[in-house]
Amino acid sequence: MEAYPTETGHYGDFGGRFVPETLMPAILELEKAFKEAKEDEGFQEEMRYYLKQYVGRETPLYYAERLTKHLGGPRIYLKREDLNHTGAHKINNTIGQALLTQRMGKKKVVAETGAGQHGVATATVSALLGLECIIFMGKEDVRRQALNVYRMELLGAQVVSVDQGNGTLKDAVNEAMRYWTANVEDTHYIFGTAAGPHPFPQLVRDFQRIIGDETRKQIIEAEGKLPEAVIACVGGGSNAIGMFYPFVEDRDVKMYGIEAGGKGLLSGMHAASLTEGKAGILHGSLSYLLQNEDGQVQEPHSISAGLDYPGVGPEHSYLKDAGRVTYDAITDEEALEAVRLLSRTEGIIPALESAHAVAYCKKLAPKMNKDDVLVVCLSGRGDKDVNTIREAHETGGELHE
Amino acid sequence: MSKAKLDTVFQTVEEAGEKAFVPYIMAGDGGLENLNGRIRFLAESGATAIELGIPFSDPVADGPTIQAAGIRALEAGTTVQAVLDEVAKEKDNRSVPLVIMTYLNPIFAYGVEAFASACETAGISGLILPDLPLEEEGLVVKSLKKHDIALIRLVALTSTPERIRALAERSEGFLYAVTVAGTTGERASFVDQIGTHLQALKAISKAPVLAGFGVSTPEHVKELSQYCDGVVVGSRIVDALYRGDKQQVADLIASRKY
Repeated sequence: MEAYPTETGHYGDFGGRFVPETLMPAILELEKAFKEAKEDEGFQEEMRYYLKQYVGRETPLYYAERLTKHLGGPRIYLKREDLNHTGAHKINNTIGQALLTQRMGKKKVVAETGAGQHGVATATVSALLGLECIIFMGKEDVRRQALNVYRMELLGAQVVSVDQGNGTLKDAVNEAMRYWTANVEDTHYIFGTAAGPHPFPQLVRDFQRIIGDETRKQIIEAEGKLPEAVIACVGGGSNAIGMFYPFVEDRDVKMYGIEAGGKGLLSGMHAASLTEGKAGILHGSLSYLLQNEDGQVQEPHSISAGLDYPGVGPEHSYLKDAGRVTYDAITDEEALEAVRLLSRTEGIIPALESAHAVAYCKKLAPKMNKDDVLVVCLSGRGDKDVNTIREAHETGGELHE
Repeated sequence: MSKAKLDTVFQTVEEAGEKAFVPYIMAGDGGLENLNGRIRFLAESGATAIELGIPFSDPVADGPTIQAAGIRALEAGTTVQAVLDEVAKEKDNRSVPLVIMTYLNPIFAYGVEAFASACETAGISGLILPDLPLEEEGLVVKSLKKHDIALIRLVALTSTPERIRALAERSEGFLYAVTVAGTTGERASFVDQIGTHLQALKAISKAPVLAGFGVSTPEHVKELSQYCDGVVVGSRIVDALYRGDKQQVADLIASRKY
């Protein structure tokens, strides 16, 4: 495969930096700071310190013996990103970007959040490093995730409820970008996923690739070989690209990116941009996008707020078209079932996002051999979702014993 | 002919010792059937050229007023095709040049080449794409050139000297000088160094320099016009038309002459 991204941030036909001129100087400044930091042993040392001592890395690659027995297929391992501080992989990226913020001499950060996980991870590192932090969150999400709003406030962040549009993640990103445009001189935008204008997709991937790098080393230690398959959920795609990237050149490792199928692909109520969308430009980057025929972006749907995004990172679009990663979708109902399955077999309540990856395991396992190895990225824990899961169980009755 | 129409009106304004005034309206806000009527009204009120917004679901460069107008237009079913069809109807008896302002995705979905061609057919003179920086221009320049549509570049307060030079050098139609760090919408005042900034742009720009973003009163129009070739006014016009206050629009446009 060709080297990517290119100098200009393109991944084949995808990527780029489609932002207003007002932001371009900050985008270029970030790119420069990021390049320098990558070469700076001092920065790398600082990253390693915080990731180990503060985040709690490395995370275990856990052999899920009972789930393996239950599914009767390949040996299943879970990469336990849920055990990170703040409960998900998000902090791998926010700690890196917060250190970059300091490096650029900026003292304020802005971020968007859907369910609140990226917002909490940003508020957390802001508290840690003494940065002023403002979080934009859709009005609808503020209502649904009141506890996370309070959590961010407790950490010292200011949470702004976004009324524009439908008041969801897409609108929160729009508003965070507008805020950044107006405050770009002293503020860094801690983008939460591997999407957005270059260099964000590359930068977020590089901060998240530790997931795949650790997994690669751990699975060789445990099994003496690389896995036959790897699964991760995809919203914007940061945990997935972090897991996939170190395996891209290992052609024998099959990779599966699982999107939110919502109420089913035929219902139109889903967030499966790679599976169902077509190429378009949103939030600074050209990538697969859910849109109507007139190029208007469509509201996605997923029970999982973290996957409820109409776009996706450009590297995933590239990997899809290159045929390197298979992208598929899992419905709300299947994800809910997977929550129960993993809770009951392993005593691990997964985040609804990660449950999409677990659910796909059920589909893939019967097609694999018993001595095959399958790794699932468990991107986050389900504590934040317990209410949603309970509501779905009580109202839908869709969870089966 | 399309692009030349813009050059001609700016030249006429300059020769008369006047300043240009380019009002922005959101196509489809207030009904697409009223679009040509509004264009005629603005032309008769003295607009030098008219900036026509085509709504997009995620307008990151726009403030609350234009966002709201875009939502109204989309709810009324406004599409790229419908806007182009509507303005094409009166293209032969329209003397004022039209410039489209929208975001890249609606054009990308339509097809860049097909869009440029349709613009030429509809008598459009220029295109403003706030989410298309210099680095990504390659996506549209060939088609726009082929169909004689000016790509109107925006230059920001944050632009570095090298970027300002590159933008001024490539400018066509006019150079859109963004006068605030932020999105469109009304502001009480501008930064102190705005005058020097605009004068510096004017000194090196190939095309006329128009100041826009946050320009909302006759005082703003006068203040900014003295440093450059004129102004673009958006949110205040959109808001006044929404409220049905045509007089305010006419007064604002009249303030370009002093």
